[in-house]
Amino acid sequence: MPRILFIAPLLLFAIVAAYLAIGLTKNARILPSALLDQPVPSFDLPPLKNDKPGLATADLQGDVMLVNVFASWCVPCRAEHPLLMQMTHDKTVPIIGLNWKDKKADARAWLAELGDPYTRIGHDPSGRAGIEWGVYGVPETYVIDRGGRIRYKHVGPMFREVLTETVLPLIKELRK
Amino acid sequence: MIAEIGHFSLILALAIALVQAVLPMAGAARGNAAWMATAAPAALMQLACIATAFGCLMYSFVISDFTVANVVQNSNSLQPMIYKVSATWGNHEGSMVLWVLILAVFGAMVAAFGRNLPPSLKARVLSVQSMVGVGFLLFILLTSNPFERVFPAPLDGRDLNPLLQDPGLAFHPPMLYIGYVGFSMAFSFAIAALIEGKVDAAWARWVRPWTLVAWSFLTAGIGLGAWWAYYELGWGGWWYWDPVENASFMPWLVGTALLHSSIIVEKRDALKTWTVLLAILTFSLSLIGTFLVRSGVLTSVHAFATDPERGVFILLLLVIAIGGSLALYAWRAPRLKGGGLFAPISREGALVLNNLLLTTAAATVFIGTLYPLFLEAIGGGKVSVGPPFFNATFVPLMIPLILALGVGPMLGWKRGDLIGAVARLKFAFAFTLSVAVVAAYISWGRSIFGVLGLTLAGWLAGCVLVEFGARIGLTRVGGGDVLRRMAGLPRAAMGMTIAHLGFAITVAGASGASLWQDEVIQFLRPGETLSIVEYDFTLRSVDTVQGPNYTAQRGIFTVRHDGAVVTTLAPERRRYVVTGTETTEAALYTQWYADLYAVIGKGDDKGAWTVHLFFKPLVPWIWGGTLLMVFGGFVSLSDRRLRIGAPTARRTAAHADPAAQPAE
Repeated sequence: MPRILFIAPLLLFAIVAAYLAIGLTKNARILPSALLDQPVPSFDLPPLKNDKPGLATADLQGDVMLVNVFASWCVPCRAEHPLLMQMTHDKTVPIIGLNWKDKKADARAWLAELGDPYTRIGHDPSGRAGIEWGVYGVPETYVIDRGGRIRYKHVGPMFREVLTETVLPLIKELRK
Repeated sequence: MIAEIGHFSLILALAIALVQAVLPMAGAARGNAAWMATAAPAALMQLACIATAFGCLMYSFVISDFTVANVVQNSNSLQPMIYKVSATWGNHEGSMVLWVLILAVFGAMVAAFGRNLPPSLKARVLSVQSMVGVGFLLFILLTSNPFERVFPAPLDGRDLNPLLQDPGLAFHPPMLYIGYVGFSMAFSFAIAALIEGKVDAAWARWVRPWTLVAWSFLTAGIGLGAWWAYYELGWGGWWYWDPVENASFMPWLVGTALLHSSIIVEKRDALKTWTVLLAILTFSLSLIGTFLVRSGVLTSVHAFATDPERGVFILLLLVIAIGGSLALYAWRAPRLKGGGLFAPISREGALVLNNLLLTTAAATVFIGTLYPLFLEAIGGGKVSVGPPFFNATFVPLMIPLILALGVGPMLGWKRGDLIGAVARLKFAFAFTLSVAVVAAYISWGRSIFGVLGLTLAGWLAGCVLVEFGARIGLTRVGGGDVLRRMAGLPRAAMGMTIAHLGFAITVAGASGASLWQDEVIQFLRPGETLSIVEYDFTLRSVDTVQGPNYTAQRGIFTVRHDGAVVTTLAPERRRYVVTGTETTEAALYTQWYADLYAVIGKGDDKGAWTVHLFFKPLVPWIWGGTLLMVFGGFVSLSDRRLRIGAPTARRTAAHADPAAQPAE
């Protein structure tokens, strides 16, 4: 057998290790700089539920808002859900849902079971709008300012610490 | 005091491990028997020290010693005793101690029972095993000391993550770790063989039982984890392609390939370099799994508290362990002499196909798990994967695997007769056809994939039964002879049949579960009834119940079928006092062909409750099939030929069948 076949595993591992090393130095929870402080991408999504409006670029203007990307098949979404429910209950900030790569019936059942914290929900079954947003996994949460710009992005389930230490102070500042 | 003894024991274990890593290896290189002989006692002492440390940690948890930081963060005085004990490994630091404990147990088993190993091989195996131990002991002592004290000591602890307070999950990590770490044996043997420059049938006979042990436990561990997710997370799914699940699934896939390729090394003296590579890869994936969970590289709900400093350390360990062994492989493997040749259509050929499909499947899972990371690293970040990705890539690979798995065992070694084998599978074809017809009838217009999945499972089960029938001469000899042949069948063959049958049943269960389930969700007041698939659920009451460290809303349902009471279900929604976290405790009623699954959700303040009911067809088959696979592994392990170098198996076999081996 050619010698290169025996060296190939080592070379492949070197590549993987390099990526892991880069991954370690980057904080995965911080927005890739490309989208930070940019206006939200242009998109238009139909509503998920009949009694709640869908979501388009123009809807994200005029107030500070959170956009939360979720799916019924997503484990961490369940974990963060009570926190979103509580925020809506306390009227902390309007939360807007982007239902990603999900079946309509599944997502509705999910919200019916756990409660619906969203003021409007866009349904994105193909994940097309998610690509515009740079979503690479659910859940993700974005802070949008009054001018419709993305000011912060949190990847992974929202934790109470992140909320109180970063997100809430940012919202307060943006509202000034 | 106890915590300090534990800490000190760990340091002592590190010192012993260093000696064990260096001295026997040098002894084997120089032919110094005295140096080589240090390996066995060192391995036993290392085990004693680590067991002491683990015992000390467990003791701190049991008596709720809140001067130990780890106990404060992961336990609480109100916690039931079983969860105080399981909290020992329900956290990052403690689970690492469990990890090295199991590593030391495997090392000690080679030391104590590997008397028939050539001394130089034994010394090298124990040395490699100890090198892994050194790395992980250093990791624990430098970045994750479980015995750190806090001052002043708080009055009570912060409670174990409520999701982990569950009997299923109490035993999930030990099983999983025996699997992960068990592959270190195959790894150590592979590295030792590369250094010795010799891989032969005897080597494969030592490697196989260890791989089988690891594989069986890993299968059980993954099954237990899926079962836990099924009933504890409360929305009826059982596999989510979560990074942490994938981390345990990848070593399983490659380990399964290793299990099969080592058969070829043993029986046909071929495929040696490939098998050595698989042994290295399997353990490497176990290590990478550890890295993914703990480094903060990927986000997951399962993830332990993450810390970049730990991530750097683990990455360094990975580079040394995996990079080092692959470099050794690149250097030494070309010198291993190949053995028997075989035609593409043969038992060997079928096993090679099995290996290719399994490793490709593992590569798919690997890419799907790390893709977000890769793209972010090159500045992309615009990508998304999830179950949609895995369903589109992984599932199609399983179709040829199952098709070939049916025929493979029917082929002869060296040169097989495909047409003859297929001809002998007449019964399997008939069986498959009838399964397909029934499946199509049940799910007409609902799901083509469900029909396909069940048909494949039917094919596999049919083939396994035909092969088994042929082996025991079902169609050729009389009833008494069949029984005698069955008793005389090698345990390895018996294990194969059981495990393959288990796989068929699991495939059937997974197809049915993901494709035909029914669910309803509705607000319900006490006294009202909700129906699903001919079952009527009446909500009798919702009561507040006080648990040891939680309060719960418990709904009581009476389930009727055609008016007759079938069962009573009592799902709960718990709120844990210390952390304020809520968990759902689903209630299940299991029949052989389906589960009834009830969840109680939030109330609406007006006396109605969200009720979520599922009808889950074939889900019990997933667990039954997994149990059969594990059982098949252990049956195969009890085979007489494998007991060389597998002393635990010798004892179980002797107990099970003492009459068969009077001479021992």
